[in-house]
Amino acid sequence: MYAFLTGPMAWIAFTIFFVGLIWRGIWYVRGLDWRLDRVTYGQNVKYGIRGAVRSIARWLIPYGTHSWRYYSGYTALVFIFHIGLLVVPIFLLAHNLLLAERWGVRLPALSDAMADTLTVAAIVAAVLILLRRIALPEVRIITRFYDILLLLIAVTPLWTGFLAYHQVGPYQFWLIAHILAGEILLMAIPLTKLSHFLLFFLSRAQLGMDFGIKRGGMKSKGMEW
Amino acid sequence: MPEGTLCNKTPVDTVEQLQALLADKSGKQYYEEMTQLDVDAPALWATIQKTFKSRMRTWLEICSHCGMCADSCFFYLANDRDPTQVPSYKIQATLGEIVHRKGRVDNAFMRDVMDTAWSKCTCCNRCGLYCPFGIDTGVMFSYLRGLCFSQGFVPWEMKIGSGMHRIYRAQMDVTSEDWVETCSWMCEEAEEEWPGLEFPVDKPDADIIYTVNAREVKHYPEDLADAAVLFHIAGENWTVPSKGWEETSLAMFAGDWAGCKQQVEEVYAAMDRLKPKRMVVTECGHAYRATVIEGPYWAGLKSGKTPIESFHYVEWVAEALRTGKLKIDPAKKIKEPVTYQDSCNYIRNGGLRECAREIMSYIAEDFREMKPCGEHNFCCGGGGGLNGIGRYRPQRNVGLKVKRDQILATGAKLVVTPCHNCWDAIRDLEEHFKIGIRWSFLKPLLLKMVIVPEHLRPEE
Repeated sequence: MYAFLTGPMAWIAFTIFFVGLIWRGIWYVRGLDWRLDRVTYGQNVKYGIRGAVRSIARWLIPYGTHSWRYYSGYTALVFIFHIGLLVVPIFLLAHNLLLAERWGVRLPALSDAMADTLTVAAIVAAVLILLRRIALPEVRIITRFYDILLLLIAVTPLWTGFLAYHQVGPYQFWLIAHILAGEILLMAIPLTKLSHFLLFFLSRAQLGMDFGIKRGGMKSKGMEW
Repeated sequence: MPEGTLCNKTPVDTVEQLQALLADKSGKQYYEEMTQLDVDAPALWATIQKTFKSRMRTWLEICSHCGMCADSCFFYLANDRDPTQVPSYKIQATLGEIVHRKGRVDNAFMRDVMDTAWSKCTCCNRCGLYCPFGIDTGVMFSYLRGLCFSQGFVPWEMKIGSGMHRIYRAQMDVTSEDWVETCSWMCEEAEEEWPGLEFPVDKPDADIIYTVNAREVKHYPEDLADAAVLFHIAGENWTVPSKGWEETSLAMFAGDWAGCKQQVEEVYAAMDRLKPKRMVVTECGHAYRATVIEGPYWAGLKSGKTPIESFHYVEWVAEALRTGKLKIDPAKKIKEPVTYQDSCNYIRNGGLRECAREIMSYIAEDFREMKPCGEHNFCCGGGGGLNGIGRYRPQRNVGLKVKRDQILATGAKLVVTPCHNCWDAIRDLEEHFKIGIRWSFLKPLLLKMVIVPEHLRPEE
């Protein structure tokens, strides 16, 4: 099982992840239409780039936009959750050792304490995000089972990994569960709306260009997101 | 019954059709016929496949249902945080369903969609500023209105409005002759007080071509006189076109994209014909949005820009004050607390926030910002055509609560409203809630405080 998951299955998961994301990107860009979207993507390029960069950068900064500041509590959860999801798997020492063993490359690694803190914080954030979904009527009304399933898919690699690393319970079981969960997540990213992994940037760039080129960007310093 | 005599999928292109609609008081027969109107599902789906591309597909697909758009919507706030007013919910339950069902929806569903598209969203685009993914639900609702229009599910007044543009190239039945006549009438009236005042029609190569909103011609002609006097005082070389003078677009509110194209092309043709240096449009938000922001795309202009540089009235005023073409008598500045209604169409969607602030710095001593303001201001409550739709008057009046509270919080009793829609909404707000406020366009305010150069002063 372990050999399969770390061998062929890993290849399949990574292939779907990369090919799927590339396909998503191509599909998105090819589907842009200056006349239907009413944005001159190919003209006024300077304003377009400025609008796109501004639109992405402001939203990547915690509390960088009116919206992030308005929903201050939820914003904290969103950033803690995403930082845990993105930073831990890439900079975890255990993953890096694996990477070094297989490919001979090493990235800077997180300390154990740091990795644990980010992991636990992200898990707690995920739980609170789920509770918020159920508790607030304005979020509950738009919540589908699919939304909860995706949250589960996203957070499972974290808690299974945490249990495996700290050898809480059967190590082999949690290790295999962790690898499987990670692979499911990798495949789910391009295949589900977790594709916002990439589409966040494209969609933000698009709206940024819309405001940057057409909706006032040429007559102002740029949208105050 | 598939197609009614009044309510059908055919746009209004003749005076007879238009008069039949107008004769149907409040659209009584029209809405009755609508309950029988068939949905042409294959045509609906074909349109979607042709026009619903990756930008909007992505918006619908990746919406993570986080609810961050909720508080951005004034309808949600005004309706005591009713979850069915959350923008994400509203669009998923309408456009989302139509796409999901590949256009196979029935009459009752489409009537619901129409009610949502015109009475629960003014296309103010504020939610687009609050979504982390940049999902602009207002843009999707505007698109949805287009689908509704193509299927004949459009509020009575919007059908009439689109017909007006198709027939008269104006939102009201004002002909080119009516317009030119009103200009000369206003010129005569004002000339008594302002010797030498001109109202030049079709003057080639002017510095400014001035364009208006048809209801100024029909109901508020003194606004035209005010504009002429201010240009006169500022010493501008200006003109108005005899054709292509109307900037507004009820066709845009109706989702009649072919009508929109016809309308803006008439204005662009006037620019080409008279070759002015630049265009200035009156104090109207959606007129600017339609003709300057969206219009070039309807007309297929690849630059995305109007044939000549185009300005909203507030840009011209800010420039005139900055350059000293208009000088304000300090003793006559507005002394009382005053606030400014930022129009969605030229502030949030037009980038002109600073122009408005600059003007206020010249004319007001105690200017108070609403909270929020600028690009983040709330819609007046009557945008997107909502002011004009009788069927949704109750919903509109509930929505006005947010603006009422914003104005009350400033403590100001005077609201500067350089936008026809905002002006109407705030007038109705006062009528409905009686909070003791006044509202005004810029022109009459400026005329009260501008210093008239010696040589233009009327002889005593």
